[in-house]
Parts: sequence; C-alpha cells; structure tokens
Amino acid sequence: MSTKQPLSHLDWLEAEAIHILREVAGQCANPVLLFSGGKDSLCILRLAEKAFRPGRFPFPLMHIDTGHNYQEVINFRDQRAAELGERLIVRSVEDSMKRGTVVLKTPDEPRNKHQSVTLLEAIEEFGFDCCIGGARRDEEKARAKERIMSFRDEFGQWDPKNQRPELWNLYNARVHKGENIRAFPISNWTEMDVWQYIEREKLELPSIYFAHQRDIVMRHGAIFPVNVPLASGELINQPKAGEEVINMQVRFRTVGDVTCTAPVISDADDVSKIVVETATTTITERGATRLDDQTSDASMEQRKKEGYF
Amino acid sequence: MTTQHNDSLLRFMTCGSVDDGKSTLIGRLLYDTKTILADTLNNIERTSKKRGMEAVDLSLLTDGLQAEREQGITIDVAYRYFSTGTRKYIIADAPGHEQYTRNMVTAASTANLAIILIDARKGVLTQTRRHSYLAHLVGIPHIVVAVNKMDLVSYDQATYEKIKADYIAFATEIGLAQARDIKFIPMSALNGDMLVDRLDNMDWYQGETLLDILEAAPAAHSEQAEAFRFPVQFVCRPHDSANPELHDFRGFMGRVESGSIAVGDAVTVLPNGYQSKVKAIQLGNDQLQTAQTEQSITLLLEDEIDTSRGDMIVKTSEAPEAVKQIEAHVCWLSETPLSPARTYIVRHTTRESKAKIGSIQYKVDVNTLEQQATADLKMNDIARVSFKLAQPLMVDSYDKNRATGAFIVIDESSNNTVGAGMIV
Repeated sequence: MSTKQPLSHLDWLEAEAIHILREVAGQCANPVLLFSGGKDSLCILRLAEKAFRPGRFPFPLMHIDTGHNYQEVINFRDQRAAELGERLIVRSVEDSMKRGTVVLKTPDEPRNKHQSVTLLEAIEEFGFDCCIGGARRDEEKARAKERIMSFRDEFGQWDPKNQRPELWNLYNARVHKGENIRAFPISNWTEMDVWQYIEREKLELPSIYFAHQRDIVMRHGAIFPVNVPLASGELINQPKAGEEVINMQVRFRTVGDVTCTAPVISDADDVSKIVVETATTTITERGATRLDDQTSDASMEQRKKEGYF
Repeated sequence: MTTQHNDSLLRFMTCGSVDDGKSTLIGRLLYDTKTILADTLNNIERTSKKRGMEAVDLSLLTDGLQAEREQGITIDVAYRYFSTGTRKYIIADAPGHEQYTRNMVTAASTANLAIILIDARKGVLTQTRRHSYLAHLVGIPHIVVAVNKMDLVSYDQATYEKIKADYIAFATEIGLAQARDIKFIPMSALNGDMLVDRLDNMDWYQGETLLDILEAAPAAHSEQAEAFRFPVQFVCRPHDSANPELHDFRGFMGRVESGSIAVGDAVTVLPNGYQSKVKAIQLGNDQLQTAQTEQSITLLLEDEIDTSRGDMIVKTSEAPEAVKQIEAHVCWLSETPLSPARTYIVRHTTRESKAKIGSIQYKVDVNTLEQQATADLKMNDIARVSFKLAQPLMVDSYDKNRATGAFIVIDESSNNTVGAGMIV
C-alpha cells in the first residue's frame, strides 16, 4: 500500500465535474452545454476540455440571449467558442417575443425569467435530452436541494418534492421523449472554488469581471449600472429623473441581464485580488447583485419550477 | 479564511431531527467558521422576528424549500459548504424521521463521517439506534456521537458519561463499535460549546472540539489498500485524419473508483478478459506516471482492444469476480412498492443490466433491528434481496469497496431510481 496523499479540494472538485460531464456524454443521446460567457460556464468549458480532448466535445454549446447582455460578454462568448472550435448555437428571447411566446409586462422589465421560454423552445427545436449548466448549490437555498442530474418533465418543470434520489456517484439520466435532464457538474463548488480554479487554470474572463470605471446610480439600495450600450448601439438603463449619476470603480460578481445585475464597488483588477476580496466579503454572491432573486424568499424556487435553470 | 489551494476535502453528514438541534448545529458551524455572510444573516434575523422568536434561529439557514419553511421541517437532503482554510467540507443534511430513511441513506452514500446527535435530556432513543444502524449499513467509517443540549442539563458530566456508556453498549451489540471508529463529544450547538470554540462550561471534558475532530478525520479511501477499479465511462476516438498522431488515438475515459495505476502496469479489461499494459495516463494536457483514487483520467493501452462504456479496467493481479447473481442489502426508495414479478434495471458503476428479483430473505425493522419475513418492499424498507442478472457485473463486496459494491435500481417504465443496493 502506498502512502496516499488525498487530492486537494480543487483536484477533487475537478475530477468530480469531469466524471459528471462524461456520464452525460455516456448516458444521453443529445446533450447541450449552456454557455453564457460567464465565469461558471467558462470553468465548465475548461472541465469539458479536460474531459474530452483530444476529441471534440460530444455536445454543442448554446446561449439563450436576452438581448440585454453586456457587449463585452457576448464578444467574449463568441471568441471563446471560436478558439475551442466548437459549435455555438444562439437562441434569443427577442425572437420569442416576436413569435409572441414571450410577452413583457413593461418594455424595460428584466428578461432573465423569460429565458425559460426560449430555452424550452430550443430544447424542442433540437430535441435535446440534457442541458448542462453551471448552477451551484451554494448560490441559493432552493439550489442547495437540487440533484446533480435534475429531472424536468415535458414542460421543463422542476418538482422539488419529487426528485429522483441520487446516491453515490451513480447518476440516472434516463428520460422519456420530451422530458429532459439538467446536469450541474459544479454543483458542489462555491464562489471561492470557482475563483481559485480560474486562478489555477489561468482562465481568461470578460473584462467586466475586473474593476473598471462605470456610470452608476443608487437604486433601491443597490448600485445600478446606467447608460449601458447594447450590441444594437441602443443605450439601456437610462437614469430616472432625480437620480445622480456617479462614475465609480466597480466589478461584476455575476453576469446576467443588464437590467437586473448590479456590480459591486471594487478595485480588484486581477484574479488574485478577486480571490482575496471573495474571502473577505460580507455579502453573498447573489445578495447585492441579483435584483431578480430578491422579490421573495422563494423566487428562485418558483422560477426553477417553471423551467428556469 | 485563507485562500490556499491545497486543502483536502471531507464529506460528512448529520443525523438527527429538528428537536436534536441538527439545523442549529449546522448553522453554528457555518456561523463560527464565518461562512454565513451579512445579508444571509439579516434575512434570517428578519424571518426569526417575523415568527416572534427572540434569538436568531440558525436552523432557518438549512431549510431551503418553500414547503419546508411553511411546515418548519426538513424534507429533503440539502448540501452545505464551508471551508476552514485547511479543509473544504461538504455537509449532507438529512432529515431524521423514520419516513425519511431513504434520505438518510442518500446522504450517507457519499459521507465519510457521520455526526449522530443525541439530546442530553433524552439519551439514546429509538431514532439514535436507527441512525446508527443506517450509518453502519451504508459503510460510513467514522462516527461522532454528539451529546447536544448540555446547557439544558447544567453541563453535567455524569449525564454525558451515562449516555456514552449506553451508546457503547448498544453499538457493541450491533457490531458498530467493533467495525467503526466512534468518538464522543459533549456540546451545546445553541451556545457554541465544543463546536469551534471550547468555551468554559465543560472544563471536565479534555477531548477535541467538533471542528478538531473534523479537521483530523481521514479522507475517503485513505485508510486501507484498495484494488484498482476503473469503469470505462466514454471512449475517445477523434478519427482525426489530418493529424497522424490522433489517427489511431483510442483513449478510455473514466474515474479511478479505487486503488491506483501506473504506466506499464498489466491490466485486464472485463468482462471480456483481454489483457494489455498501460501505455499512458492523461489528465487534460498533462501526462501522468500514476493515477490514484478519485482522479478522472484517460487511459491509453499498448494493444488495440475493443472496449466500450460499461467495461471495467482492472489490474490483472487483482481482478474482481464477474457475477450474474448478487445478494444485497437494499433500501427501497420509491412510493411504488417493489414488485417481485417485475424486471428492473440495475446500474452498477457505468454498467447496466436487466435484473429479476430472486428472493427477499427478510426486511429489517430499523427501530428494533429485528428481521421479518416479507413478500414485498415499501418505501423506506431495508431488506436483504437477491437478484438474477441478464449481464455479468464486476463486483466487490460493499464492505471492501463502496464504489464497486454499490448499485441503484431503476424502474424501466418511469425511469425513476427506486432502490439502492449494497452487495453482501
């Protein structure tokens, strides 16, 4: 018997995630990897490289674009997919709006929750039986209860009280036609693990994750980015009358729809400074930055039941 | 909290009911290791006040689903994370009621240590026996018996010693004391005595704090020599004709479930029995000379061997048996009872086989641990069952190897996971 040095926690998490990705590839006929250009999905791309190279990924990449994304992130998304030489599918919430399947209550309403509709339409269009995503259990308390391979019925619904038991590392991704599995390879990672992994693997990230100057206003107690240019050239998040626009040094901890993702004040301009900041912060990742999670104690659970990630 | 990268990882579970202070214990661990951040604390302060409580109810941290918050109970297994700077922890928090046996078995399946909570006012109860039996059955090597709520018995040493003696007597009776490492600790999760800090209420206890025990607990697979087991998950054949090096590339991808392997080792591919040698071991772009338990790697062999998902690569000198009949302890997980007449699917490592029930020898009353004759199995039943398999499986006994001794049972019509098996 050799004296075994246990794997470091990052090596262990990496090995677990690779195992999950390979189970998806082994068990599912037509999986897809959801890729937004955000930090969690960038980690998953690196894990997929480690899982499947020198072969190609056994799944395409797909982004559900709200049309309200930071241009830096969209450019980065396209660049990364091209570097990897993997197929990127983009489906857009604005197309669902044109089809009439997404109806906004107000024109400037956050579109994050409407991604569910477009996602389900894309699943049906391509016949995907599994979507790989970057959700983590530490993000939110409904997610803490979700399986690594999470079953969704033909309406994309998650039933938290009727989940498949998941034991050892024996995952069950079997589905009937029309149903699907959401697979979460980094379920057991925390925000800190993600940043440590980015640091170790020297992963490149969209620039808005690092400290930069930006026009903001204070709205509902949060820092709210204003006058953000979209790909179309349109400026959104106009300041309201009476709001004072301040130029501040900020960075984003999560990247999502421009209308509901707030930055934090920070001078961390490289990954090692972000790791230190993450270790000393007093606010959770989605706490001050995701305005869509704050509606009620159960808003994430509600959205997940309706097909959201 | 520090930011170093080379800390190890421990998965553990907590067994107990709300009344034992289990959620408070977890809340306290997260709070004292500064895992709970200000906004989360504000949230639960608000909720505590709304419910008319004076102190912050740390148990609110762990109840994540709407139905759980409404009913004030924990329904499903939740996973929680904290880090001390030297170790990362994954807690599986399982509800303790009898009707949730399946959740406890689920949480136990990935745990290397179990904290069994006992209320100091109540001592060893039926549920303590049930939790201990299940932790034993599912093969958790390290048990910590936490005698909680010591503040409510005036931190009385004699009360603690009595409970400890009772537990040892019971654990010896069921073979747990002989087979597992058991530690005892008096504590008050509410006040924080002996969790992260010792405080000064129990100077008579000179042992480790709970966090000391967790920090020193051996990692999974580190304590006994295990045979090399490598179930093939996926075969990589790039067929890249533009790149002559990749033209004949054939990589066997999987996770080392146990043991270790080195370049040059003689291996056998089961169930066919082809023999070869390890030509290379890869992890991403890295070429490794050896690989160990829990690493996900790609193996290249010297010879061209027809191998696919579901095969198992082992060292030629320590090949397991390929069997078409298995005996196992089974926990039934589904609301639909087991029907002895039906065919099920057994998934073992990366391999599946159709299976028929041979016989149900007995089921175990998890409260009295008595064996009873039975014709079928209902949700939360634990029984000894034999299966006849359509395909051979390469198995070890669960006692020897938790990875190759475990399987799940799948209902072919619903695709649900309906049973969990541990091979005898």
